[in-house]
Amino acid sequence: MKITRRRFLLSTAIVGGGVLIGYSATRPSRHRMVNKELGQSGQHYLTTWLRIDPDNRVTVYVPHSEMGQGVHTSLAMMAADELDANWELVNVEQAPAHDLFANGEIIKGFAGEFGLPGFLQTLVGAAAFKIAEIGNFQITGGSSSVRFTGEYGMRTAGAAARQMLIDCAASRWEVPADECYAQLSHVHHNASGRSFSYGELAAETALLEPPENPRLKQPSEFTIMGKAMSRSDIPPKVDGTAMYGIDAHSDDMLYAAIRLSPVFGAKLVSVDAGEVLNRRGVVKIIELEDSVAVVADNYWRAKEALKLVKAEFEQTGNESVSSADIFARHDRDLASGNDKNDKKVGDTAAAMEAAADIIEAGYRVPYLAHAPMEPMNCTIHFHDGKADVWTSTQDNLGIRGRIAKVADLDENAVTMHPVYLGGGFGRRLPFNWNVIDHATLIAKQFDVPVKTVFSREDDMQQDYYRPAVSSNFRAAFDAAGNLTAWENKFTGPIQTPGAAHIPYAIANQSIRVVDSASHVPVAAWRSVDHSQQTFFTESFVDEVAHRAGINPYQFRLQLLTDHPRHRKVLEVAAESAGYGRDLPEGRAQGIAVQESFGSVVAEIAEVSIDADGQLKVHKVTCAIDCGRAINPDTVEQQVESGIIFGLTAAMYGEITIAEGRVAQSNFPEYEMVRLAQSPEIQVHIVESGEALGGLGEPATPPIAAAVANAVYILTGQRIRELPIKNHDLTRTIPIAQR
Amino acid sequence: MANFKLNGIVQQLDIEPEMPLLWVLRDELGLTGTKFGCGVAACGACTVQVNGVAMRSCVIPVSAVEGAEIITIEGLALNAAATAGTAPSLTAVQQAWIDYQVPQCGYCQSGVIMAVTDLLASNPSPSDEEIDQSITNVCRCGSYPRIRKAIRSLATA
Repeated sequence: MKITRRRFLLSTAIVGGGVLIGYSATRPSRHRMVNKELGQSGQHYLTTWLRIDPDNRVTVYVPHSEMGQGVHTSLAMMAADELDANWELVNVEQAPAHDLFANGEIIKGFAGEFGLPGFLQTLVGAAAFKIAEIGNFQITGGSSSVRFTGEYGMRTAGAAARQMLIDCAASRWEVPADECYAQLSHVHHNASGRSFSYGELAAETALLEPPENPRLKQPSEFTIMGKAMSRSDIPPKVDGTAMYGIDAHSDDMLYAAIRLSPVFGAKLVSVDAGEVLNRRGVVKIIELEDSVAVVADNYWRAKEALKLVKAEFEQTGNESVSSADIFARHDRDLASGNDKNDKKVGDTAAAMEAAADIIEAGYRVPYLAHAPMEPMNCTIHFHDGKADVWTSTQDNLGIRGRIAKVADLDENAVTMHPVYLGGGFGRRLPFNWNVIDHATLIAKQFDVPVKTVFSREDDMQQDYYRPAVSSNFRAAFDAAGNLTAWENKFTGPIQTPGAAHIPYAIANQSIRVVDSASHVPVAAWRSVDHSQQTFFTESFVDEVAHRAGINPYQFRLQLLTDHPRHRKVLEVAAESAGYGRDLPEGRAQGIAVQESFGSVVAEIAEVSIDADGQLKVHKVTCAIDCGRAINPDTVEQQVESGIIFGLTAAMYGEITIAEGRVAQSNFPEYEMVRLAQSPEIQVHIVESGEALGGLGEPATPPIAAAVANAVYILTGQRIRELPIKNHDLTRTIPIAQR
Repeated sequence: MANFKLNGIVQQLDIEPEMPLLWVLRDELGLTGTKFGCGVAACGACTVQVNGVAMRSCVIPVSAVEGAEIITIEGLALNAAATAGTAPSLTAVQQAWIDYQVPQCGYCQSGVIMAVTDLLASNPSPSDEEIDQSITNVCRCGSYPRIRKAIRSLATA
């Protein structure tokens, strides 16, 4: 990602006697369609705002959603550090999803010059109308907030403000600016011993022209970045005051429970509501194109009434489809010859031809649901030609545009009220519209707030799933035992380009993809394609290592000659985990490494299996190179979180399709790692000084392979299909851990 | 009529006896700190205290708490202060949740805090196994390592 500073613009405005300093990326010229669709030329996408008030308080407006990743705090730290603000005086607010925010300036989301986040590229294709929609996003995803908004927006805005405050003070004192310096929300002039607080300078600073290229600090100058700071969103999360989308409440509120076709995509044919309208609290039965909803004065009343409504859905032809059919289709497509090149190095066919030994294996993983703890919901109040919206979303601007479109309103008539997210993991990204669209169509029939809520069963059965993927491998050794070729063919479509690529120095590589369709809706799931592909590649490379008779850790190091960051995290993790030392009886360590979203992560899982075949992950040691840590405590939290999220998927995660629909409906059938299964997690942050890497996702991919590789050592069973719970681990032929 | 005491205040409501306590709290009374997670007592997000015992309110019909004393996350600190005769502030469990930076998305934490409060009230010094058996709430963000550390910090030696 190359971003040159001169593309950025800064603006100022006076508000309430203070100064508001904004940072923008100009409207991207290459996206002419966006210009055409969205507005007049000369408007700026201001993505970052800082406000300094006369009382010397600083407010940082963060254009991203807080879903527990600590982004409000991390981004504020970046701005405050460059500003040389006193952290005690810094407030964080989520930037409102409004066009008109201050002085007619426009805040737009994270898009445009930053390019489309990678995980969206394949979803949107090149269709102009879709790109126009992208232009209206305020996305929290792709582990991107700190890396892009923070690194390019927050820091620049903070640095510009600092420089302007210094210039302002220097001019008042009639001294050269370079005799002044900023510290803890004050500008000082040493020679005369004078100082001003930022608040005293704010109004006058607003009149200055913002600098074009404010100087950013060197890491050695940081005073806030790199320190473990308490997250601003935690206190309201311990006393019940944090407001999530589902917590929107008013006395006149109505509640909608909804039933969609259990077979995806089927349209509603008929409804028999019987006497349901006579039930207490029930206000209306609403038939939509693909669903029926009951609206009542209480969600439970709506839900209970909905149980009595009979609904018939059309036949789609998918009524008999099962997971077995979908995997059989994978196999047919993999064998069809319709595969396309993903990556090619050397001549794999020739290397296979000349091979002395070939190892092959087929892997697959099932669909997965996101299952955020807060079930999907959306509250909308249509009134006076406007709409107020409360919904937990990873993209307030995108959802605003969608609701406006579905409701046929101007975007500026739709107000998004920022709320906390009870988990996201990709479920609350754009294009996963189902709750939003339904809530809009339902609420539009009323002039009071209507909260549409998916039950947990709805949430699990009407998700946009992590794709089920099958992947076939071959690897070749020459007569001297050298690994000469790596061949991989997997089912797509690809959501994350490069996720199937390997860092290993193998002279001949053929990585190919074949699209394999099903009627099951899919979308991004924490770490997107990396979660499946890393399980495949890091398991198969482990197979290859064992075949070569080399310990899997050493084997990886030998093949990572061009990847010092990978080597380093492997070495740090191995050192800390005591890799290769004598383990307690019955335990083994599995290892995996992967780069994703700009961070490189190695994980070592220490595992045992009891006589009943019950797997226990005792400890996970992780080393992560995310370039630099902004808030080290948040880094650790996100690593712990990513590992446990991936461990749930590896051990239990499975959405199966039967009779065209999802077989699982609630947590007992879609089990989660809980406290009792949660391993001790040791996190080591490796600061390489490289560009900032993401944190929300990169710890998720390696864990499945790390655990499965340990299972192989303990049992001789190679786990080639997830989840692990489907395997009988009592059958053991242990492999000596070399 | 449903009658119970909620965070120290007597409630008298004309509602169906089978309505789960969770929806009485959230939709009838607008007390939204108690969360809806699964509706089948499988995740613990809706945990409240009924007569001092942690219970999952999504499956308790309001008729089952007739005359009972109910404490939700909103009333936890007030109740503790009233019991101890001190000024209201965060409880030790809530404070530990801040000190150990436990919550991520935070959605499950009301329920976890209610469950941990009950555990430590009945067993001030739980072993790891007792913690595992007692705290079975689902946290999708995986705050478990910090939940465990925070509980250990509260356990009396």
